[in-house]
Amino acid sequence: MRVDASSGTRLLYNLRFRAILYQVLAVGSIVLLGLYLFSNVSQKLAEQNIATGFGYLSREAGFVISQSLIDYKPTHTYGRAILVGIVNTVWVSIWSVVLATVIGLFVGIARLSRNPLLAFLAFLYVEALRNVPLLLYLFLWYALIVTGLPAVREAWEILPHVFLSNSGLTVPSLVWTSAHTIILLALVLGGVLGTIVHRRATAERIRTGKVRMTWPLVVLALFLPAVLAILVVQPDLTLSIPEKGRFRLTGGSQLTPEFTALLVGLALSASAGIAEIVRSGILSVRKGQWEAARALGLRDRSTMRLVVLPQALRVIIPPLTSSYLSLFKNSSLAIAIGYPDLVMVSNTTMNQTGQAIEGIAIFMLVYLGLSIMISMFMNWYNSRVALKER
Amino acid sequence: MTTATDIAEAQLKMPVQREPDVERRLLHRTLKPLVGTPVNAFVTLACLWVLWLGVKGAYGWLVTRAITEGGAQACKVGNGACWPFYEAKLRFMIFGVYPYDEHWRVALAMVLFLGAIGVTMIPRFWNRNLFVLWGTTIVATAILIWGGVFGLPYVPTTQWSGLPLSFLLSAVGLAFGFPLGVVLALARSSKLPAIRVIAIVFIEVIRGVPLISILFMASVMLPLFMPSGMTVDKLLRAQIAIIIFAAAYIAEAVRGGLQAIPRGQHEASSAMGLHYWQSMRLVVLPQALKVAIPPLVNISIGFFQDTTLVTIIGLLDFLSTVRTAMTDPNWVGIAVMEGYVFAAVVFLIFSYAMGAYSRFLERRMRLGHD
Repeated sequence: MRVDASSGTRLLYNLRFRAILYQVLAVGSIVLLGLYLFSNVSQKLAEQNIATGFGYLSREAGFVISQSLIDYKPTHTYGRAILVGIVNTVWVSIWSVVLATVIGLFVGIARLSRNPLLAFLAFLYVEALRNVPLLLYLFLWYALIVTGLPAVREAWEILPHVFLSNSGLTVPSLVWTSAHTIILLALVLGGVLGTIVHRRATAERIRTGKVRMTWPLVVLALFLPAVLAILVVQPDLTLSIPEKGRFRLTGGSQLTPEFTALLVGLALSASAGIAEIVRSGILSVRKGQWEAARALGLRDRSTMRLVVLPQALRVIIPPLTSSYLSLFKNSSLAIAIGYPDLVMVSNTTMNQTGQAIEGIAIFMLVYLGLSIMISMFMNWYNSRVALKER
Repeated sequence: MTTATDIAEAQLKMPVQREPDVERRLLHRTLKPLVGTPVNAFVTLACLWVLWLGVKGAYGWLVTRAITEGGAQACKVGNGACWPFYEAKLRFMIFGVYPYDEHWRVALAMVLFLGAIGVTMIPRFWNRNLFVLWGTTIVATAILIWGGVFGLPYVPTTQWSGLPLSFLLSAVGLAFGFPLGVVLALARSSKLPAIRVIAIVFIEVIRGVPLISILFMASVMLPLFMPSGMTVDKLLRAQIAIIIFAAAYIAEAVRGGLQAIPRGQHEASSAMGLHYWQSMRLVVLPQALKVAIPPLVNISIGFFQDTTLVTIIGLLDFLSTVRTAMTDPNWVGIAVMEGYVFAAVVFLIFSYAMGAYSRFLERRMRLGHD
């Protein structure tokens, strides 16, 4: 390519010049559009006397939030209310992810079952959930809980001390104190210690080639910190157990109908997608791998754990990440049934303050940030299980 | 001369040896997976029990306990399917608040639209005539729904509702989202850094936030961004949100297709003297889009279901009209199951059909080399 910048018409045919021209045009038009929109917005806001800025976050919110994990009263600030929304969103997402993964795993394996009836039932389950919108299911579960279930007075006792009624699910609960937090931390520490010990033992075994019984050591590392913590802080381990009184249930902790409907709706519809992911993951491991593992003398469970699963995970993790992400984003449908998640709290805030731009900006940023965090974590996990090409 | 195919054919022609106990074997083969081991027998029994419960419940609700005549009061007493509800509300659930006497127009428009989709789905008709077909269909449906010409009364967009609105939102969303998505995908795989960054930011931001937030943005924030005195129709605002959302997801599907095309294709078309747009239009995109068809169909299914979210910003889509029918003062609290089951069945039929079509396409692509 001859580069000739002296002539005007030639310049247009210069590849490098063109590249720069296109980019300048693209960036320029976006900047111009932004400026135009910005001028419109400031004019409109001035006309309608809407305040701008994030100052409202420290003002008193004055509205009630039906459930919150952290301390919140209407006298608290808008900022605190939005924090409650974030915590509620994360809370329902975490439980739904756990539930969806467990159900999805079972249904995915059931779809591959050699028993045709079981495979057929799993197929029905997946298709029924995948082909009907989540929002419809949310409305349906909510309606079933509120209108289909008996009043609190006649609550069903589905398990001992677990009551189901039209005001939600009541389960036994611990009265949480700081002592429990210490024990929880000790358990986490035990998990870390156990992992370290297990890794050391495995490395030792691989290095020396001697098989030693190391599992008592691992178990000890797992639970020792927790046991020590219990001995030291002496927590109150009695459960608060719900009992049926004459008019209401006393004790225990209450999962509201909104939370229950959202949890069930999100978990079930995500589980259908996860089932398909698990199924295709297992199918992607060729039959030869099973046969080779057996030829090496591995038992069925060892084959699954050491040969099939590591290879299936490689296929499973990336789509699983996107299904977790979409579950997390779908939790925003909470607003349709009145669970006070981030979107609903922001919506109330926007209605009260009139500051729509700030409100939407906050919740979009929070979703974006949390989505990026989830995908970073899953990418990290993926890079651990991914094919190591040497 | 004996070739490999001859041998294969000869083997195919060889008579299959029928074993004497072929029937017993068949029985054995059917029964073994069902009752082969005690665990399996138990699983089979449990499955049969679940199936029995489901069938019994559905049959009881739909047939034996169904209320076929009487009004809302009869349905309130019984606990079966309430057919009078469907009789009274079916047209409202499907067409919503569209003027009652003009329902035939939307019905006809839907038939035209679904017919055009049906024709488009058949690979034999994949040629230039499709553009003619779609041009005519779009003009005809627009005239039918909008009215205002040929003596058809004008119907404002505020009265567009029900199932036609759901179809409209998803079809227009995909139709406009598709070209935008292709442009975004090309931009994202461009060599020019500024253009690539713009595309990445746009796509990842849209994909990182829920659809509701974009719908909220369109319904609450968009009016603020318009110059004074200019208002945008509520339906159009929701439609813009859906187009933008669809474009970001379509862009990723198309990018997947673009990545599947080997570099050699780009290089060969450059060597032929084609410039960027020519090589994209004539060589790369036709191949890339073909690879991207199955994920695109899956995206379409998702979007058909996601249009239900417009309920939240107050548009009367299909789910919304069904819910409105259920909360009619005469029927409130009586036909909860009836309404949701009807809506679910409609969604199930269309989504399952599209999913089956997507699987058919995938099979066809794996077999065919054209």
